[in-house]
Amino acid sequence: MSTATVQEHVETSASGKAGIEMMTITVRIRRYNPEVDAAPHWVDYQVTADPTARILDSLHKIKWEQDGSLTFRRSCAHGVCGSDAMRINGKNRLACKALVKDLNPTKPITVEPIQGLPVLKDLVVDMEPFFQAYRDVKPFLIAHGNEPTRERIQSQKDRDRFDDTTKCILCAACTTSCPVFWADGQYFGPAAIVNAHRFIFDSRDDGANERLEILNDREGVWRCRTTFNCTEACPRGIQITQAIAEVKRALITRRVI
Amino acid sequence: MAPQIHTYDTIIVGAGGAGMRAALESSKRSRTAVLTKLYPTRSHTGAAQGGMCAALANVEDDNWEWHTYDTVKGGDYLVDQDAAEIMCKEAIDAVLDLEKMGLPFSRTPEGKIDQRRFGGHTKEHGKAPVHRSCFAADRTGHMILQTLYQNCVKQEVEFYNEFYVLDLLLHEEADGTKYAAGVVALELATGEIHIFRGKAVILATGGFGKVFKTTSNAHTLTGDGMGITWRRGLPLEDMEFYQFHPTGLAGLGILLTEGARGEGGILRNADGERFMERYAPTIKDLAPRDIVARSMVLEVRDGRGAGPNKDYVYLDLTHLPAAQIEEKLPDITEFARTYLGVEPTTELVPVYPTAHYAMGGVPTNVLGEVLADNDTVVKGMYAAGEVACVSVHGSNRLGTNSLLDINVFGRRAGINAAEYTVGAELKPLPAEPEQAVVSMVEGLRNSTGHERVAQIRSELQATMDSNAGVYRNDETLAQAEKDVKELQRRYRDVAVQDKGRRFNTDLLEAVELGFLLDLAEILVLGARNRTESRGAQAREDYPTRDDVNWQKHTMAYREKDGEGGYKIRLDYKPVIVTRYQPTERKY
Repeated sequence: MSTATVQEHVETSASGKAGIEMMTITVRIRRYNPEVDAAPHWVDYQVTADPTARILDSLHKIKWEQDGSLTFRRSCAHGVCGSDAMRINGKNRLACKALVKDLNPTKPITVEPIQGLPVLKDLVVDMEPFFQAYRDVKPFLIAHGNEPTRERIQSQKDRDRFDDTTKCILCAACTTSCPVFWADGQYFGPAAIVNAHRFIFDSRDDGANERLEILNDREGVWRCRTTFNCTEACPRGIQITQAIAEVKRALITRRVI
Repeated sequence: MAPQIHTYDTIIVGAGGAGMRAALESSKRSRTAVLTKLYPTRSHTGAAQGGMCAALANVEDDNWEWHTYDTVKGGDYLVDQDAAEIMCKEAIDAVLDLEKMGLPFSRTPEGKIDQRRFGGHTKEHGKAPVHRSCFAADRTGHMILQTLYQNCVKQEVEFYNEFYVLDLLLHEEADGTKYAAGVVALELATGEIHIFRGKAVILATGGFGKVFKTTSNAHTLTGDGMGITWRRGLPLEDMEFYQFHPTGLAGLGILLTEGARGEGGILRNADGERFMERYAPTIKDLAPRDIVARSMVLEVRDGRGAGPNKDYVYLDLTHLPAAQIEEKLPDITEFARTYLGVEPTTELVPVYPTAHYAMGGVPTNVLGEVLADNDTVVKGMYAAGEVACVSVHGSNRLGTNSLLDINVFGRRAGINAAEYTVGAELKPLPAEPEQAVVSMVEGLRNSTGHERVAQIRSELQATMDSNAGVYRNDETLAQAEKDVKELQRRYRDVAVQDKGRRFNTDLLEAVELGFLLDLAEILVLGARNRTESRGAQAREDYPTRDDVNWQKHTMAYREKDGEGGYKIRLDYKPVIVTRYQPTERKY
């Protein structure tokens, strides 16, 4: 396998910085189309890339110029919609936040679907089991009593308490990096726990006990083995392992603080 | 194989902010299905950053009448003022509703919803910027999208994810009255065609930023809802008014919120000059987007652009306390770090206008009902959000008013559609309702043509950026018109490589390109026809606003040309003026 980096020509990069050296990279993609393929297989593509550009740009270049059948999800292309979580060089990332230069482009860059969910085609997986776990933790405000006329009052400190877990974009990078989830698809997984945390620690919410009971299940928080894969995978920088630990602590102490 | 037929009362197409806000109302009152070509949480509402304006007066004195005035003036007097008044009045409840649904707004020291300054939003009719935008850091759209989805989960709203709606089914009675009858959708996972019959249809499919190369829009924003409406013979309004957001990351177009300037950020040219002081002496960097975008282009044209090619200006946040940036603008600082390798707390951020928002779209009245001409309603058909043109944004939308629009008019469309379905009947479907979609999809799949989708799309985006951007003139627009026509001709010879059924995104992109080509032509024709400068339409050859001839909406109609093809006919619709007579716009 050739892994050479070839300097093709100097041109202005997408980001307007002059003098960026374009390079030829090899993107090695796990392809699988159940309509025609007996099994998944790797295919190498050579593509010219601006090192400061996104892997998503290279995937587009391959799809648009070489093989239109290459299939992946994407939408916003800047890390907020959560469509393009993939396993890139063995780590879960968003293709639109992974830059070529950060991936050692002198070697083939491997791109494969996130693991633990059924592959539908190429890099597209069935997201339903993931969203089912999310729905199961009651990811919505549960508030009893009369609604106020105006907004509920919440101190800045109380608002900050759950800020980190509000950032989740449901990309599934965390859940599909979790060895427990790979081994046991019934485990709720980090993303569902993150979204439970977002409400359990919201001072306006009255549903903490319901959600804690759900997560006390044998497929709940206790399955977490604190491998920190999820925290490393999160493209939003959420301290997921810590959030899971806080939910565990709330279950033990029966106090939400 | 005959397609599956699903029957509902209300069918919502699109699951961004407007679609889900509508679903929360309609699903309480009628059997509702929501169809989306993505997953709901992937919608581009989630990319909105800076906030949603409402005159809560939590930080300083404010009222909805000032908000209405700012909206009308910001829209350069092309706003329908009755609609703007409704939006700005209902804004207050729209924000409070979201808070009650659980939206984690940033808070004031007293624990109330915090508010920040935003472009064009002022107190006392333009005296000074006002704290009106309710926000959650710089991810307000994300929080709105998540909160609406959470509440849809709570309410068990029925979603059909990754169902791409490709046709609108209408029924016409003998008296000429048009009714919505349903939609035809392609299930992406299987490639199967489905028919959704309904008494009411709500379009909430968003915009079409992908006609441009440099855009803040998602790859998926290809104007599908406008396209299917257009192809069924219904008009589109004010398509020439397309907003360029001043602060896109240079070269990339990724959005950096106007909230950055609301928090005190300053635009500077290569000489370090705060150039907005020259263009808008009173509110400077917080002038409306059309004015700021034009000023940036002029700075670059006059040789005061920064960078090796002198083709951008700077957003300066370096004088703001790092803690304020971290707390109020965490996401955009990360975008600058990730995509440009720039540290905004200590370095200037290269920015340039980026295609952002369609003020025009499917014409509706204030109830969300779609119009077949200036007055006639298509019964049972509704539209809300960026796909629609109410028109609350006129020729230039104010920042934050889109998140407001989706909530106010999404809610209205949801309630009104569901109430319409009570007592309404399902209208008969045409014979072989799937026929148009099947022939389009199979035509593309089986085409032996030699044109590539990506090639045509990139040529389209290039000509639109060069010839129909912030500044236009008759010459550039004529070039764009010629280019688009030629690309439409080549599109007829387009082929896809993926011939399969399952998840055929190659085919999907080919269909999307067809809509983009339709909409680009309407945009360019409207822009060429309108011989004045107003809001987002800046004509070099007609630099002033002409209220005598042009204070009117453009209505584009698709009509048979008598030679087997179609042509575009442009007509007009009066602007509704209630309390604000047009005056010269100064900031």
